[in-house]
Amino acid sequence: MVNFKRSSGRTLTEMRKMYAKVGVIPNADGSAIFSFGDTVAIAAVYGPRQLHPQHMQDPATGILRVNYDLLSFSVYERKKPGPSRRSQEISKVTEWALSPVLDLKEFPNTVIDVQVYILQADAGTRTAGINAASLALAHAGIPMRNLVCSISVGKLDKNLVVDLDKEEEDYDEGEGATDFPIAKIANSDKYTLLQLDGKIQPEVVKKVLDLADKACDEIYEVQKKALKEVTEQ
Amino acid sequence: MSAMDCSNITRETLKRLFVEGKRFDGRGLSDYRDFNISFNVSNKAEGSARVKIGKTEVVVGVKMEVGKPYADSPEKGNLTVSGDLLPMASPRFEAGPPKFNAIELPRLVDRAIRHSGILDLKQLVITPGEKVWTVIIDIYPINDDGNIIDAATIGAAAALRKAMVPVLNEKGEIDYHQESKTPLPISKEIFPMIITFFRLGDSIILDPTREEEEACEARIAWGVSKWEGQYMINSCQKGEEIPLTRQHIEYMMDIIPKKFDEASEKLKKFF
Repeated sequence: MVNFKRSSGRTLTEMRKMYAKVGVIPNADGSAIFSFGDTVAIAAVYGPRQLHPQHMQDPATGILRVNYDLLSFSVYERKKPGPSRRSQEISKVTEWALSPVLDLKEFPNTVIDVQVYILQADAGTRTAGINAASLALAHAGIPMRNLVCSISVGKLDKNLVVDLDKEEEDYDEGEGATDFPIAKIANSDKYTLLQLDGKIQPEVVKKVLDLADKACDEIYEVQKKALKEVTEQ
Repeated sequence: MSAMDCSNITRETLKRLFVEGKRFDGRGLSDYRDFNISFNVSNKAEGSARVKIGKTEVVVGVKMEVGKPYADSPEKGNLTVSGDLLPMASPRFEAGPPKFNAIELPRLVDRAIRHSGILDLKQLVITPGEKVWTVIIDIYPINDDGNIIDAATIGAAAALRKAMVPVLNEKGEIDYHQESKTPLPISKEIFPMIITFFRLGDSIILDPTREEEEACEARIAWGVSKWEGQYMINSCQKGEEIPLTRQHIEYMMDIIPKKFDEASEKLKKFF
């Protein structure tokens, strides 16, 4: 296991270089860019604003509405513009991942629109998108209990690795590649996104959570730093 | 469906019952209702199955077409899972463009089936790089009394087990009038399932009825199979807004092997 070499030369628990910056879209109420190596996500927040169509309005609370998609040129084979089943699913799980930190009861009948787009994709786009969206919500001044941090833990054959890139996602030996994207409320043991694809033994899932916790601590620091930078400007 | 349609009084009553480890129908929190599987829902399908879990009923059919391989897998056949939440199955399902739940269900089943390895797509090549079989699994709930995801996955695996590869004529077209003697290349050792856990308050339950499902605040669907003698999680998706704690997840990992074995045992008599 110790001998396992990642194609990128990273150690098993080493994440790709992270970059985060908030305030990248002047028109938006909040915005951020977040990247894991070659995966780049940009997010914009508009709202709270009146929700249309009106019949979707909830007089008890504001609602969160997320739209995630890949830009057509973010992948090798051009992605046809417009929502796919995949992007609709990721939009929904991103919404579920973020909403536990929001309390929108003070904003009845409104919507907070979060737009997440992937500029460049090298695996881990939903996790980068969640990190960007979480930052954009904070930048917009939406009341939040905490930030949400997200990372994908992978298993290549029998080796657990953190932050899979595309080449690793396509790994095809032994038990193959498992991709396990996770999001959690920072500094807690509350998981808000859990998805996976592949082959992983139930007893290994605990170790996956340990690795995700550590990675999310690092992401949290990067996110906090980005938010501080904008307030100091 | 962020606020599931359930009255507060029902939710509070169920929450209290679950804390005591009880349910309206007398089951324990992690007990499944009885299963039933029958086959040959349609003799026009390559394989089909009807699954009942309690009053929940799902029909699943397998159809096959000759198609082109995907660019990134020229040496493999294709697998597609689709389906719809028909308005006939529940007053909650509406006609019209698919809502999120109707999009999500086949995607969950797809991942559980695909990663379990039950179907060997490499054996579904007709002309390498040019012509392959596309296996299409279609899922239609007939009556929704909760836990459709688990029922649909059993149905999909059952229909695959019975499916026969159609006969091709000299022109390479399907000849539906010739009886096929070739079953799909499936592994009899692998029978994937999805085990979906639901959270209400601090209780975790399995196989909810419609009423229980609507009261619950979060759910997580785990695709499970056995591969080379080991229990394997093949897929997972958490749904709804309430988080799950580490304790919840560790509890699930502890009981998944037992629940999987129990269900596998119940399924045996149908094959």
